[in-house]
Amino acid sequence: MSAGTDLAAADERILQTSPLRKLLARPELGSVVGAIAVFVFFAFFADSFLRATSLSTVLYAASTIGIMAVPVALLMIGGEFDLSAGVMVTSSALVSSMFSYQMTANVWVGVGVSLLVTLAIGAFNGFMLTRTKLPSFIITLGTFLMLTGLNLGFTKLIDGTVSTKTIADMEGFPSAREVFASTLTIGGVGFKVTILWWLALVAVASWILLRTRAGNWIFAVGGNKDAARAVGVPVTKTRIGLYMGVGFGAWISGQHLLFSYDVVQSGEGVGNELIYIIAAVIGGCLITGGYGSAVGSAVGAFIFGMTSKGIVFAEWNPDWFKFFLGAMLLLATLLNAWVRKRAEATK
Amino acid sequence: MTGTPARTALVELSGVSKNYGNVRALEGVSLEVHAGEITCVLGDNGAGKSTLIKIIAGLHQHDGGTLSLDGEETRLSSPREALDRGIATVYQDLAVVPLMPVWRNFFLGSEPRKGVAPFKRMDVDHMRRTTRAELLRMGIDLRDVDQPIGTLSGGERQCVAIARAVHFGAKVLVLDEPTAALGVKQSGVVLKYVAAARDQGLGVVLITHNPHHAYLVGDRFVLLKRGTMVGAYTREGITLDELTTQMAGGNELDDLRHELQRAQRPGAV
Repeated sequence: MSAGTDLAAADERILQTSPLRKLLARPELGSVVGAIAVFVFFAFFADSFLRATSLSTVLYAASTIGIMAVPVALLMIGGEFDLSAGVMVTSSALVSSMFSYQMTANVWVGVGVSLLVTLAIGAFNGFMLTRTKLPSFIITLGTFLMLTGLNLGFTKLIDGTVSTKTIADMEGFPSAREVFASTLTIGGVGFKVTILWWLALVAVASWILLRTRAGNWIFAVGGNKDAARAVGVPVTKTRIGLYMGVGFGAWISGQHLLFSYDVVQSGEGVGNELIYIIAAVIGGCLITGGYGSAVGSAVGAFIFGMTSKGIVFAEWNPDWFKFFLGAMLLLATLLNAWVRKRAEATK
Repeated sequence: MTGTPARTALVELSGVSKNYGNVRALEGVSLEVHAGEITCVLGDNGAGKSTLIKIIAGLHQHDGGTLSLDGEETRLSSPREALDRGIATVYQDLAVVPLMPVWRNFFLGSEPRKGVAPFKRMDVDHMRRTTRAELLRMGIDLRDVDQPIGTLSGGERQCVAIARAVHFGAKVLVLDEPTAALGVKQSGVVLKYVAAARDQGLGVVLITHNPHHAYLVGDRFVLLKRGTMVGAYTREGITLDELTTQMAGGNELDDLRHELQRAQRPGAV
């Protein structure tokens, strides 16, 4: 409304408030402030926290969550949840391991089959969501329970126990381990390769979100589905694509899980879906969709890594970890809400 | 343009009807939209205005009658098809995504791109510049095209949506109650942009229940009531008073006046 009345002063005002406003309007600002606070906190209370090896450990913990937090954040920006994300990681590892073992094939064949399966699970979630129009909470809760059952059931049926047989002596295992679970030594400190996967995913996701047409569609689908449909955005395709993205993330995480240990426990992964969601929310994703960033999810995962390992470095009882995580979630969400309000008020 | 008397209409509905299950939402509605003219559709709540809009916008398909674009009988299967054929619809409440910046909203669904296949990306600079320029052309000077569109006023948002439709080469602009939720001053601003779009040669369908707004800009008037057409006039054929009376239900208004007068009497004594 005011645009019509004070046009003359307009340009001047942009110069004055723009840099600050732009900074405040970043979705990840709240989480960056939180990350700095957590970092300072543990640097102060845990003596070994500032060592390079500690950093490597923290980054590794962050990357295992971060790889999944990226597609989960995109999905949340698109307005939906995926509660099956945690167990899908385990499914991915199980499919890969069991397929290779049972077919006595090169492990890379199993890795490929696993990718197809996780993408199919993602597509199934997306298809069910767009077809039935039920809330994603219900649909993916169903998938979550079904996958949990299938993981245990199939593993017991085929291997007789709750874990898979080792595939360490099979063809292709060394090269697959190289790709999914190796350690790179930089300056005498070992860094897990998952950190690279994580950073690459963040970069690609940020690019998609901010610079491509698909990114525009993701924001629009999460922000106002009906408006998006009315201006010609392929809403169904976008949402199915987002779920397949979660499948892709689960594939990478699952292969890492498999190739770092060579056996898989079929009951793993339950509860992790909430940690991915927490990382995305701490990183500034709006739980109702339409707002957030991939970088934010990475900062959220980093906070998670610092807290989980910082407590160990500080030699505290790890039982306290969940309390910290919960408090962090509340604080970060409040901070994000406050920052966003400020950003909109200074327009 | 005025030289050809029997020019074909951009959009012509004739005897169109639509049923939702066994509910008759629309029956025998006809209207014409010509380039450089504003066709107003007037009606009270539940008169079938929304249904009519959805047929023209491609969201729903008509069950009876004909829909012709440029004289060619057709059937629109999706909003995308309607857009491709030059019909842009600005809905009352779902025109935009509030949390997204103005420039992202402006190009939503028709993003210009550059680069080769796997690295195809949006031409962001072009999008920002064009948004600013197109809005200026419509007389809207926005401080910052990066601000979320939800921070604009209702009138400004309508104007952005109209400017967007004009930019994407719409031949027909369908406006769903653009002034319904606005104050007097804001309504005036929006009507000005509607007229600006008309002056650029677009055919406009203006849906409203406000006869005063309609008469300010309209060339043709179609009145709907309970799903049927109760009148169709050109500007020469009707005065504002007649339009207002028709719109309010003619005799019904007189009845209402009597009733209200009687109801007032006890309090006045």
